[in-house]
Amino acid sequence: MSTRVDVRKTYKLYIGGAFPRSESGRSYEVLAAPTGRRSTPRFLANAAQGSRKDARDAVVAARKAQPGWASATAYNRGQVLYRVAEVMEGRRAQLVSDVRDSEGLTAARAEAVVSAAIDRWVWYAGWSDKYAQVLGGLNPVAGPYFDISAPEPTGVVAVLAPQASSLLGLVSVLAPVIVSGNTCVVLASQARPLPAVDLAECLATSDVPGGVVNVVTGRTAEVAPWLASHRDVNAIDLTGAADADGVDWGGLELAAAENLKRVLRPGGTGATAVEPDFGPTPDLSRLSAFLETKTVWHPKGR
Amino acid sequence: MSTATDVDATARARDLLGVSRLTNQALTGWLHGLPGVDQVGCEARAAGLSTRSIKTSSKAWAIDLAISMIDLTTLEGADTPGKVRGLATRALVPDPSDRTTPSPAAVCVYGDMVPVARDTLGDADVKVAAVATAFPSGRASRAVKLADVRDAVENGADEIDMVIDRGAFLAGDYLAVFREVAETKEACGRARLKVIMETGELSTYDNVRRASWLSMLGGGDFIKTSTGKISPAATLPVTLTMLEAVRDWRDLTGEQVGVKPAGGIRTSKDAIRYLVTVHEVAGEDWLDNHWFRFGASSLLNDLVLQRQKMTTGAYSGADYVADDAPSGY
Amino acid sequence: MPTFEYAPAPESRAVVDIASSHGLFIGGEFVEATGGTAFKTVNPATEEVLSEVSEASADDVDAAVRAARTAYTRVWSRMSGADRGKYLYRIARIVQERARELAVLETLDNGKPIKESRDVDIPLVAAHFFYHAGWADKLSYASLGENPRPVGVVGQVIPWNFPLLMLAWKVAPALATGNTVVLKPAETTPLTALLFAEICRQADLPPGVVNIVTGAGATGQAIVDHPGIDKLAFTGSTGVGKMIARSIAGTRKRATLELGGKGANIVFDDAAIDQAVEGIVTGIFFNQGHVCCAGSRLLVQENVADEVLRRLKRRLGTLRVGDPMDKNTDVGAINSKAQLERIQALTEAGEAEGAERWDSGCELPAHGYWFRPTVFSGVAQTHRIAQEEIFGPVVSVLTFRTPGEAVAKANNTPYGLSAGVWTEKGSRILWMADQLRAGVVWANTFNKFDPTSPFGGYKESGYGREGGRHGLEAYVTTGGGQ
Repeated sequence: MSTRVDVRKTYKLYIGGAFPRSESGRSYEVLAAPTGRRSTPRFLANAAQGSRKDARDAVVAARKAQPGWASATAYNRGQVLYRVAEVMEGRRAQLVSDVRDSEGLTAARAEAVVSAAIDRWVWYAGWSDKYAQVLGGLNPVAGPYFDISAPEPTGVVAVLAPQASSLLGLVSVLAPVIVSGNTCVVLASQARPLPAVDLAECLATSDVPGGVVNVVTGRTAEVAPWLASHRDVNAIDLTGAADADGVDWGGLELAAAENLKRVLRPGGTGATAVEPDFGPTPDLSRLSAFLETKTVWHPKGR
Repeated sequence: MSTATDVDATARARDLLGVSRLTNQALTGWLHGLPGVDQVGCEARAAGLSTRSIKTSSKAWAIDLAISMIDLTTLEGADTPGKVRGLATRALVPDPSDRTTPSPAAVCVYGDMVPVARDTLGDADVKVAAVATAFPSGRASRAVKLADVRDAVENGADEIDMVIDRGAFLAGDYLAVFREVAETKEACGRARLKVIMETGELSTYDNVRRASWLSMLGGGDFIKTSTGKISPAATLPVTLTMLEAVRDWRDLTGEQVGVKPAGGIRTSKDAIRYLVTVHEVAGEDWLDNHWFRFGASSLLNDLVLQRQKMTTGAYSGADYVADDAPSGY
Repeated sequence: MPTFEYAPAPESRAVVDIASSHGLFIGGEFVEATGGTAFKTVNPATEEVLSEVSEASADDVDAAVRAARTAYTRVWSRMSGADRGKYLYRIARIVQERARELAVLETLDNGKPIKESRDVDIPLVAAHFFYHAGWADKLSYASLGENPRPVGVVGQVIPWNFPLLMLAWKVAPALATGNTVVLKPAETTPLTALLFAEICRQADLPPGVVNIVTGAGATGQAIVDHPGIDKLAFTGSTGVGKMIARSIAGTRKRATLELGGKGANIVFDDAAIDQAVEGIVTGIFFNQGHVCCAGSRLLVQENVADEVLRRLKRRLGTLRVGDPMDKNTDVGAINSKAQLERIQALTEAGEAEGAERWDSGCELPAHGYWFRPTVFSGVAQTHRIAQEEIFGPVVSVLTFRTPGEAVAKANNTPYGLSAGVWTEKGSRILWMADQLRAGVVWANTFNKFDPTSPFGGYKESGYGREGGRHGLEAYVTTGGGQ
């Protein structure tokens, strides 16, 4: 009796709705997390090793997609994102497998993490047509004016995805960025990029327009500075700077200052960056970190 | 019946509107094509002009100018020859304690009182103005209104203050209002025509602007806010809007039209605010009683009080202002 | 007949008594600066020296931060919100009581017309304190997140264009949320902040809750760099804002930055034209154009450009430029010689690049720093005067043909603070408001401010909001977030 030889997957970048290899032609070995049962880490895949030019292309794609995504109705964005959760549920087996391998979890734990990630996605999807009412509203100015403040997306956001929590963490930083109409370039976890590519495939097969989310896999320390200094990036989430090899988040924030990017610093105190626990239900801080408040005045007269 | 003047006014209107036939539709398109007036912005501008501070010699000059711009008015059902004689006499000598005080521009009365006013004023340079056209409501037939005008003019009125048909205006029958103004102008002969728009009933500044342009198109020599019988009467933002209209009308046609706010202007401070507005919006050319009037009765008393204060240096009081109708004070 | 002249109507200076020298306000006391250096502050309308003001050294800043920390830990962060609020109400009332004095002092030190300091700046100062006083015991209702707590000691650096108003924008929310403050007023306009210190004393505000250190850039940098500062709030140029962002990179100091702008004021052919002209005037000539959110780029629909320009010029002929203390003055003095030189340099560049320059030709006083209200027409998007913030009474006029082009031109700048839209068409206003990348959009009005209304920029105009519920966010930390 022979076992079937399975068909393996090529893990590529996700840019502008397409799955290219790195323009650099490079790839890097992705290994399973050590579980204590094996002496040498198991080979999982060769992931594309994205370059600064891949990041640049990703920013172009994100910028191109941004006005359309932001002008979609909130109801529509909510449905599109909910659809992503549906597709994730359909691809649960692969997500579980990749999360399990990437994070070295038990099967049961990996199932729980994937469930939490899908639920987190649904949680954020539901915010699309609510946060504006929670965060905005009428301002009772002392004069005959209608004055209203409403949140708007900041624009193009670079996201350093958490290094350890490869799917739940990723979803927890990605969904709040895009639910409001931002588009983004995500630098996936350097050592655990496979769930990010799986998620990209979910996005590609749902109704999320190409370019809204762009996923670059590779060396965080190599690519992140190019995103931090990119003048056409409006904000950067440094959550994934925690435990990223050779990454100095202060240096990235310094580069981001050149065009006054909105910076979401990593967790922790002082210079130390700590990856947060993504287990508990979040608050709105990640969503509001990538919103701008626009205030509109108009006289009231006959 | 088409008269020569009516034809002229219509011809000129056709020319200005660029149409071959003057229809209500053409007038509507023209009037509604005027720029809008934002209420809040307009009132803010008026409030800003109200903060101008006038001192010393400028103030003395402004007070005399304001006195000279008054149409000293009595428009009561209870008006008698005695009351009108008193008013006209007051116009001749506004302050017996200071004969340098200028006279108001005119006395303004009902048509039947014109002979009394005319007789009292003699050949002094104080005009007689008569309200006409079924003042204040304007609700009478065209023939009656025109007869009212002719009667006042024949009795010696130098100026006619007509009211427009606000009902027609608000119903969108601009052609009717145009014709009414044009025919009244014709009936005035040599008398100058002030067109009362009763802005308190027009309600919006957009309407004030349109009514102003329509009144000028019809041939009004003055556009005037109010009858004084409706509240609100004259306000500074309404007058500001009218001043913008006469300014822009002159830019368009080269013709100058006067402005008369009437009713509710009672203090020197109010009057000076209006003059500041005239100065900054329409310009110096309107700072003359040929082009700007106040329709008022008690305003004169306050201006005289202020004038006395500036002359003597002490605050004056009502007992020092000789007034033939102190009840109105 | 004589022309209608407005005789001078000067506000009385007698209501203010300016000390010849001022110390620093630290821990509730006026103290000498340790370095012993001082600088002069002048009346820009006359070049008269008003007072000598101490220059705070890094040591002085350290003393102020320590005083603020002590007040924070021992008193202010422990006080109930209701009691904090009562102090702010007291301050609001004292500002109202001393309004005329504050207005006169502001005008003397800044050069802005008394009618603006009297009718705009100072009333808004009182309003800001009054508004925020009420928030102090209601923060849990402000949708700020779970368990909002103060950040700690806040360093605040403010500009010279609205000296006391910017102080109020900074101090009122900081105190309402339970923070203590070290504030540096601008070098050229320190006097009302120092008078505010006296108001804090009259209000019996606990010592150290508000500390005021005067000085120039080095003093500001000392605040920014001080390790005891938990949060910075800055209003000023984008250049300095970037320096601050760099300085705090890699630290846990938070910052809100209200920076420069190059606001587009967009006039459509169907606008209420007389009010639009007023809005253009308010947009760029209010406060001599020293306004970060000024409508410094006038975008006029091409089919009405000549008409709008004609009316604008006629209107500028009635603007009264001169003695800021005169109640009839519309445009006062440029705040400093340095600023005047910058305006001159940029306007010369505008001429050199081929834009057509016009001013009313009004007479200017012999002494002091003055600049005539100036209009540049025929400006292209690529001209420096269309790109750089002039921060003076100079408007650059550009044209557009369609709403889409207006939006594209308006947004074609690294800034994103303000924009204006003038049209009588409601749906167009709302569409434009959606499209414009600016923190404040004034439709059929301009340069309106209110304590309840959040203010702040997109892009390089900075981050964070001041005013309203939103303005509180920068001054609290909340628990439970990931």
